[in-house]
Amino acid sequence: MDLSAISPTLLVASLMVAATPILLAALGEMVVEKAGVLNLGVEGMMIMGAVTGFVAAIETGSPWAGFLAAAIGGAAMALLFGLLTQVLLSNQVATGLALTLFGLGLSALIGQGYVGIKATSLGRIDLGALSDLPFVGRVVFGHDPIVYLSLLLVLGVWAFLRFTRAGLILRAVGESHDAAHALGYHVRRVRMLAIAFGGACAGLGGAYLSLVRVPQWTEGMTAGAGWIALAIVVFASWRAERVLVGAYLFGGITVLQLNLQTAGARVPVELLSAAPYLVTILVLVLISVRAGRGGAAPADLARPFHAST
Amino acid sequence: MTFKTFLALAATLGLAGPAMAQDDPTKVGFIYVGPIGDGGWTYQHDQGRLALEEEFGDRVETVYQESVPEGADAERAITQMALGGADIIFTTSFGFGDATNAVAAKFPDVKFEHATGYKREHPNVSTYDARFYEGRAVLGTLAGYLTETNKIGYIGSFPIPENIQGINSSYLHARKINPDVEMVVTWAYTWFDPAKEADAARAMIDQGVDVILQHTDSTAPQAAAEEANANGGRVFTFGQASDMAEFKPEPRVASIIDNWAPYYIDRVGAVMDGTWKQQASWGGMPEGEVVIGEITDAVPAEAKAAAEEMIANISDGSYHPFTGPINKQDGSEWLAEGEVAEDGELAGMDFYVEGITGEIPN
Repeated sequence: MDLSAISPTLLVASLMVAATPILLAALGEMVVEKAGVLNLGVEGMMIMGAVTGFVAAIETGSPWAGFLAAAIGGAAMALLFGLLTQVLLSNQVATGLALTLFGLGLSALIGQGYVGIKATSLGRIDLGALSDLPFVGRVVFGHDPIVYLSLLLVLGVWAFLRFTRAGLILRAVGESHDAAHALGYHVRRVRMLAIAFGGACAGLGGAYLSLVRVPQWTEGMTAGAGWIALAIVVFASWRAERVLVGAYLFGGITVLQLNLQTAGARVPVELLSAAPYLVTILVLVLISVRAGRGGAAPADLARPFHAST
Repeated sequence: MTFKTFLALAATLGLAGPAMAQDDPTKVGFIYVGPIGDGGWTYQHDQGRLALEEEFGDRVETVYQESVPEGADAERAITQMALGGADIIFTTSFGFGDATNAVAAKFPDVKFEHATGYKREHPNVSTYDARFYEGRAVLGTLAGYLTETNKIGYIGSFPIPENIQGINSSYLHARKINPDVEMVVTWAYTWFDPAKEADAARAMIDQGVDVILQHTDSTAPQAAAEEANANGGRVFTFGQASDMAEFKPEPRVASIIDNWAPYYIDRVGAVMDGTWKQQASWGGMPEGEVVIGEITDAVPAEAKAAAEEMIANISDGSYHPFTGPINKQDGSEWLAEGEVAEDGELAGMDFYVEGITGEIPN
């Protein structure tokens, strides 16, 4: 085994790329859950984003149009979920699961003619001298624009929830929709907006897979990334900055596992792959021990709201 | 009607059945492990299926199911196809072996052909494979010329003999050209997962590998190499199973193509005229089952000439890629000077040759 072959610079750089899809999806889902809605359809929205983004990028020749289409595609799927759960008051868990299955099937149908085609990928940004700096140049200044967008989004969501009035209302809706309603806030409207934002983020995450990380379209290509994103939200105990840590941890283990293997390490691959989930379980136990009932979860998470009740 | 006459009647009808069926087209089923658009392994099998339709026209009817997982579900898919009236079923992945034999026991009148397998537990099961290691010898030769970092990467799918033959063959031939060459093997534990394959390729590139061979079926490693080259890298790849021509002239500098059409036409023809017999087929470059795709100009002329010479020698049977002296990884002798590996030994190959570091996982 030759661990010196693993370059920390490149490891961190590829970790960021590997983590970006789950970071985007988890961030969106966190906002949705902060508003008191549990959308288990992240996987379905991601894969729809992956396919709509890929198709749009192929048809227009522009990866940016692809990302825009992916955000719209993901949001459209999310609004379908919103319509069912917020207006028609269906069960959120069941609807979310159905959304995942629906998304996987529909994306396969849409993507039929696009398997094996090459898309124009998004290049890394070039900041000249800055990108040539050792370590920092590659890790901080050597990525494609979506990586920076995802980091800006983390900062934006953190600031939004912490410092703005709108963020406070969103949290209020998630903690007690009855109280928020009594104060005159539009619970359903707030939740629909949060759901659409979550869908758009998941869509972007999916498109990052199909347009940058892989980059091509294949059926079922998200391969469970949506479920990892859901786990990260819990792992992060509903905080934006911890979502970032969680996503990079998951991404890091994925990349490290392959790097260790390439360097000839004798660690069972299965153990490394399972490590993030073991950590999640551990964190969940610790959180619930500390906080007693429900932990840091929004109090009205997954509870249906109807103005008459 | 007594029970006996009923049986007699049933027997008559049963005998009449096949006679009437001769006017029906022969129904050929395919079980694929990936989507037909994977641009690699499954795509090539599907090309073989299309060649069947072209060859036999109305006399043949083909059905297929794509993306069948290797496991319990495979048995269900194969059973369904047999119940659907298929006369011969090709199961086109190593992991379908047990399922194929299990279903074959229940449908003795249906012929089964299992690709890259070795289990023939019933008289209606044949296996067929291609000598991919012959093609790997050519790719290994090219890799030996191309590498500057002396690190060649091999993205393995599963640690099964077929992969190990490929790793050994490409390493041996790369080392003949460049004695300092080092082989880096990463197991992806999948035949087709573009995201994982891309990550594996990236991990290799990050660690200085500049020639990547793959035994997985998607074009994702090619895309990863292309991305690295766009950012100032120098990485070469080879098309796997299919030509992967969209990545020409580089990173893809050559390819190892599986051509199943001749075999499929031969076997379905045998079913039609009733001469189908159990067999274990292992064709290679001489039979046209393994083909090397266009070697692009990104390769030095000298390397191209050496590769073409090797293609010619393997195709006319004058050279076997596993010709001694070859030692096993632990230094013990495997093949003496001039000795050629036996098929049985190759089919069960479970060791690396001398010079490759690392262990084969269980």
